[in-house]
Amino acid sequence: MTAGFDPRYVKRDFASIGTRPLRPDGIDKVTGRARYGADFNMAGQLVGRVLRSPHAHARIRSIDTSKAEQLAGVKAVITAADLPDLTDGDAAMYDILDNCMARGKALYDGHAVAAVAAVDARTAKQALKLIAVEYEILPHVTDVDEAMMASAPVINDGVFTDGVEPKPAKPSNVAKRSQFGHGDVDAGFGQAEVIVERSFRTEQTHQGYIEPHACVASVSADGMADLWVCTQGHFVYRQHCAQLLGLEASKLRVTSSEIGGGFGGKTHVWAEPVALALSRKAGRPVKLVMTRDEVFRASGPTSATSIDVRIGARRDGTITAAEATLRYSGGAYSGAWAELGAMTAFACYGLENVRTVGFDVLVNRPKCAAYRAPSAPMAAFAVESVVDELAGRIGMNAVDFRIRNAAREGTRSSYGPVYGPIGIGPTLEAVKMHPQMQAPLKKNQGRGMACGFWFNFGGQTCSDLNIGMDGSVSLAVGTVDVGGSRASLSLVAAEELGIDYSQVRAVVADTSSLGYNDMTDGSRGTFSSSMATISAARNAIRIMRERAAQMWDIPVDEVGWEMGHAVALGEKNGNLGRLSLKEIAAASGKTGGPIAGHSELVADGAGVSFATHICDVEVDPETGATRVLRYAVVQDAGKAVHPTYVEGQYQGGAAQGIGWALNEEYIYGRDGRLQNAGFLDYRIPVCSDLPMIDTQILEIPNPNHPYGVRGVGETSIVPPLAAIANAVSNAVGVRMTHIPMSPPRILAALEAERAG
Amino acid sequence: MAGLAVSTTINGDSVEYLCQPDETLLDVLRDRLGLTGAKEGCGTGDCGACSIILDGRLVCSCLVLGAEAEGRRVETIEGMADGDVLHPLQQKFIEHAALQCGICTPGFLIAAKDLLARNPDPTEEEIRFGLAGNLCRCTGYDKIVRAVQDAASVMRAA
Repeated sequence: MTAGFDPRYVKRDFASIGTRPLRPDGIDKVTGRARYGADFNMAGQLVGRVLRSPHAHARIRSIDTSKAEQLAGVKAVITAADLPDLTDGDAAMYDILDNCMARGKALYDGHAVAAVAAVDARTAKQALKLIAVEYEILPHVTDVDEAMMASAPVINDGVFTDGVEPKPAKPSNVAKRSQFGHGDVDAGFGQAEVIVERSFRTEQTHQGYIEPHACVASVSADGMADLWVCTQGHFVYRQHCAQLLGLEASKLRVTSSEIGGGFGGKTHVWAEPVALALSRKAGRPVKLVMTRDEVFRASGPTSATSIDVRIGARRDGTITAAEATLRYSGGAYSGAWAELGAMTAFACYGLENVRTVGFDVLVNRPKCAAYRAPSAPMAAFAVESVVDELAGRIGMNAVDFRIRNAAREGTRSSYGPVYGPIGIGPTLEAVKMHPQMQAPLKKNQGRGMACGFWFNFGGQTCSDLNIGMDGSVSLAVGTVDVGGSRASLSLVAAEELGIDYSQVRAVVADTSSLGYNDMTDGSRGTFSSSMATISAARNAIRIMRERAAQMWDIPVDEVGWEMGHAVALGEKNGNLGRLSLKEIAAASGKTGGPIAGHSELVADGAGVSFATHICDVEVDPETGATRVLRYAVVQDAGKAVHPTYVEGQYQGGAAQGIGWALNEEYIYGRDGRLQNAGFLDYRIPVCSDLPMIDTQILEIPNPNHPYGVRGVGETSIVPPLAAIANAVSNAVGVRMTHIPMSPPRILAALEAERAG
Repeated sequence: MAGLAVSTTINGDSVEYLCQPDETLLDVLRDRLGLTGAKEGCGTGDCGACSIILDGRLVCSCLVLGAEAEGRRVETIEGMADGDVLHPLQQKFIEHAALQCGICTPGFLIAAKDLLARNPDPTEEEIRFGLAGNLCRCTGYDKIVRAVQDAASVMRAA
């Protein structure tokens, strides 16, 4: 942590924070000028293309690239042999390497097996057809429950379930078991007067960013390398690529392009090490852009899940015990997805007796990546469905039942820590008063509500703030701007320095221009970079006070800082007046040179975040189609730096959740191949599917941030699955337990109910 | 393979280029002419990020061949502003924060311009169905619809 920086919240009146200025990258983005991953080119650039396995599980007997290499215009062909294992026993890095290019076995439909670089796309495509791969097809498993059966084909012989004692003697597809909770769950169920127990399933979804992964890689003969890429974390990409390619990190400069959506899906390298390896082999820059088909088959997705929940309560509405068993598919590699589900499942409630057990399960599907509050939406779906049903069985209103059991300051959370000031209670109280709760419902319509939680992350962060000679301010940050953070961070710099927003320009610096930054994930971008910006600004102010002291010839401790000016303190300095930032900057050449504030810190204390959503739906009993009529999001932001962009995060998360709840799913055939790898068949919500999405921002300050900021990006996707499932269940009178609630599933549920 | 010589008009300027018979207009715009405002989100006409106007008609440029632009008029996002003066839709998209990542924005602006040319006073439902060919994953469409409503009202008053 930067010396002397105090991150604690101090109540204050804000001048800039909470205002809604226009974003600095707005004009570039409405004129087509902004440069995304695929919008960048280098002289002499080749086109890269990847050959992918058509099989869900297959041993690669041989790869013959000779014909492709002989094709005119082909400059390089690579296989796993061109990416030797340099991971030195680091299992997680080895998985990344194996996922970038199959090593001996293809583990899912879409797994990369070879790649080419050619003078143009047509030649590259032709070359892929000339690569002969001999596969030995192996038995596969794509379903999470089937993968846990003793009879399932074992995907990785080296996986022995972690987290169980003693270590299993045989490998299995269960990579890890994790458990959380406290109290005596059996005794708690003994005290219960009503118990509800149900099993749920959710299908695999994709983040669905509109921009496919894209990069331009250039490796020079002297080992210097450049990578232009759309990513949520260019410093992390540098580390991973450098390690996998055997490059020195400092010689690989990674520049993050404008990013066309990420939602967690652009936190992992896939194509980038391949592009660098192609460039190294060809001796020329290589541009590699995934097609949409590749994006679905080989990048992204979140887990499919199978979850059992059991909750018991007394008739007075007090929950006495809660437990859940959560099985999350991680694709063909180990992850920590079930662990996150098990941690978040009951986080909204203050429970005396609670236990969650998570199982991370390998299946022959693409390696899972984070997707906005990863793993939390599925767990919330299962838990909030049972909470709703339990409230109904006791005869209590669903909101009142939740208020009675909500966690509060001092509650020991179900995953361990004791909460500070939190927003679950206030979001529920706000929902209770929300006008949507009073809107009349007609036939076939239903209302549902649900709560959600996300931890929020902090992490390693570095920023530079430079004062120009003309008094304008450049802010260089290392967290990628995924949804307007340059506007938010400019507001923070303006606030701290006491100047106007228009005087600040924020840029995302490349990896050679700034110290290491963790990626923009876990809703940490504005939380952690604003902390670093405040710290950097305070350091710059200290220097400006010193310069002013020099200009006035008084001790620095007699100089304060107010509203963008150095002020001479004390009666004896009463005649000195004020020196503006601009005046101090103009004199800087004669008072010690450039003025800058740097900051490097670990942003601890990311405040947890809670939301409650309300959803009204209408279900057509003839077709099973569901229409969302009204939707409202209430969420605690800690402090909304730029409220318009906070609203945008709330609305965007809700919309993704609506798609997940009603439509989106990966559909695999019995052959283990993905059948809907495109936006036509994997249907994300379009404009005509949705209503306006009402938002209400609550501000319960985070005690661990100077302005009280909490992360806001992810929590909004946690409640929708449950809120919509509760609404649909209320509309049709049948408890929906399988997401997405696509028309055929709703019709089947209605039919099953009729059949009794 | 020999390229086809194409003469066309893009954003009011005469343009000539050579392209392959199987090359899409989107690829020509982006890779040959440096007009990267139109984006490829899917390449199959499902996302609308590559929307352009061809002889007054809204099309996905990934579904049009470069050779088909011969003798026709192409309008892209790069031609939407009048020099330094933004089109009202562009201005309102910024003011309403109708973009987060912005990758879909050029396509939405072109589609919205086409919609308002045909229907200067659309209802919310007409806007939602009029823009249903364009995917946005960030905003939930709320602020996009509001920006189009506001721009339409400004344009009607002009």
